[in-house]
Amino acid sequence: MLKLAREITQASTAPNLAVRCRGIVKEFGSGETRIRVLHGIDLDIETGSMTYIVGPSGCGKTTLISVIAGILSAEEGEVELFGTRLGALSAARLAQFRAETIGFIFQQFNLLPALTAAENASVPLLVNGASESRALRKARELLAAVGLEQHMDKFPAELSGGQQQRVAIARALVHEPRLVISDEPTASLDAQAGQQAMELLRQHALRPDRAVIVVTHDNRIFHFADRIARMSDGRITGIELPPFTEGH
Amino acid sequence: MNRVALKMLFGDAAKLLGLVFGMAFSTLLISQQASMFIGVMQRTANLITEIREPNIWVMDPAIEQIDAVRPMRDTELGRVRGVPGVAWAVPFFKGQAVVTTETGGLQSSFVYGLDDVTLIGLPPEIILGDRESLRRPDAIAIDEAGYKKLWPTQPLTLGQTLELNDRRAVVVAILRTAPPFQTQPLIYTRYSQALVFTNNGRNQLSFVLARSAPDADPAAVAQAIEERTGLKAVTSDAFRWETMMYFLRHTGIPVNFGTVTLLGVIVGIAVVGLTFHMFVIENLKQYAALKAMGLTNGRLIGMVLLQATIVGAIGYAIGLGLTSVFFEAVTSNPTSFFRGFYLPWQVAVGVGLLATAIMLLSAIVSLRRVLVIDPAIVFRG
Repeated sequence: MLKLAREITQASTAPNLAVRCRGIVKEFGSGETRIRVLHGIDLDIETGSMTYIVGPSGCGKTTLISVIAGILSAEEGEVELFGTRLGALSAARLAQFRAETIGFIFQQFNLLPALTAAENASVPLLVNGASESRALRKARELLAAVGLEQHMDKFPAELSGGQQQRVAIARALVHEPRLVISDEPTASLDAQAGQQAMELLRQHALRPDRAVIVVTHDNRIFHFADRIARMSDGRITGIELPPFTEGH
Repeated sequence: MNRVALKMLFGDAAKLLGLVFGMAFSTLLISQQASMFIGVMQRTANLITEIREPNIWVMDPAIEQIDAVRPMRDTELGRVRGVPGVAWAVPFFKGQAVVTTETGGLQSSFVYGLDDVTLIGLPPEIILGDRESLRRPDAIAIDEAGYKKLWPTQPLTLGQTLELNDRRAVVVAILRTAPPFQTQPLIYTRYSQALVFTNNGRNQLSFVLARSAPDADPAAVAQAIEERTGLKAVTSDAFRWETMMYFLRHTGIPVNFGTVTLLGVIVGIAVVGLTFHMFVIENLKQYAALKAMGLTNGRLIGMVLLQATIVGAIGYAIGLGLTSVFFEAVTSNPTSFFRGFYLPWQVAVGVGLLATAIMLLSAIVSLRRVLVIDPAIVFRG
């Protein structure tokens, strides 16, 4: 049974491919109001790379990362993360896979207001069943690494936007996920804080066996990307290199 | 994740207070009213409960409860004594008389006439005086609360005199009794003396109090008494229930208490249910974020149920504590109107189950929103 399950979920992905999307179609609504948001997306994202998905509002960027994360299921097509076919996983197994494999950074940070910075950063480890003490220890290490040593026991309301974003980055990385998905990470930050956040993300999230996907409108941070996938009307219209790649 | 759930709950102080207050108020309302209801119902039959020596009550067949008396002939006592299985039987008189004190106080009172020889039916707790003094001419025993009504400013003293239907009576004993349904002074005297006080002639036998033989079944003996005498005979337990059921059927008591109790349940559901629902709705995005991070529905359900349980437990404990404090405060005075009322453990358990149901209902309604929430909303700004 185990072998069969492995055969079902393991695909023929190349070893250095973090994400493989083929023919992704996503629709919302029903009947006459049914709208097709993604029109057969094909996309490969390699490990060791930071890939930006950019495009105008409503072009399907958020829907695409929701499908890649297994939060939304596609009507057609196939998503594989590190060789695991998401469509072959049960709901519970998919949740577990997501908890272990993906780290999220949300536009509004989505920190729990009743938890301190350290407690917030420890949540993914708790979701993965780690003990509270181990989760907090790991979270503190990571918060120190992103420069928040002095703010670990503060609540989100006591932190600036940039500091909250650092907590969100620490939370996304605390369980050492192989894929980090970041939605508009600089949208709520000023230019300087945005640059710092992206530097931290590149510094701590990227490894040869890991990948980062960033959805953004913010062209001030394009130079942090290794590749930029442009989207329009639910389609990938082109894959580009960033304007300045020196230093990365 | 349980700690995260608790932090989320305790992190919103205003909602937590609202939830705990709602549950506490609801528990207080339901437990206090239910206890009062049980107390009132028990009062209707306290006389039967307090007279412990007999286990069979014999009366006119028309009688449905202890407060409606239809006298029997004195000779019925002998007939009851003659029924096989009856160990002993004594007369018991129950009537009313107007009491006047020397200072002009006027009260309607209950007069109980006890068997001249055995004085069976006298409450056991005598706080002043003694049982044997009742054998003296014009002697009466009075309950403590009745004494305080007749002589409100005077300490408990033996030898006080009063007039019972224009006849002199002397207080030789003061009793602590289970409170009656109607709050009138209770006067205990010998059977023969009671007939004098109430100006009634012969054949005023209200009840015959009987005891079955040690090896006989009281219900079977009661049945035999009915067959042999044509009177109504029931066990003490049966008569107590008959009396309480009569008051349940023929008074507005259950409707009144039932309405307030129902109000407590509605307040509970409305305040607690809505507040908890609001709490969950306001945290929906946080639940969605946790769901996106891989938290399963099962663990989310666990978190919400834990939050509901904690709120319910705290509110229930406070509410029940307040009810206990209420009864402790209002019953500490032995002459208080509320004496004898208490919080029965069955009410505490019942209200606990009701509180659980309210919280479960609130949690289930709210959980529906948590379970169907699309975690993708966390990406929508």
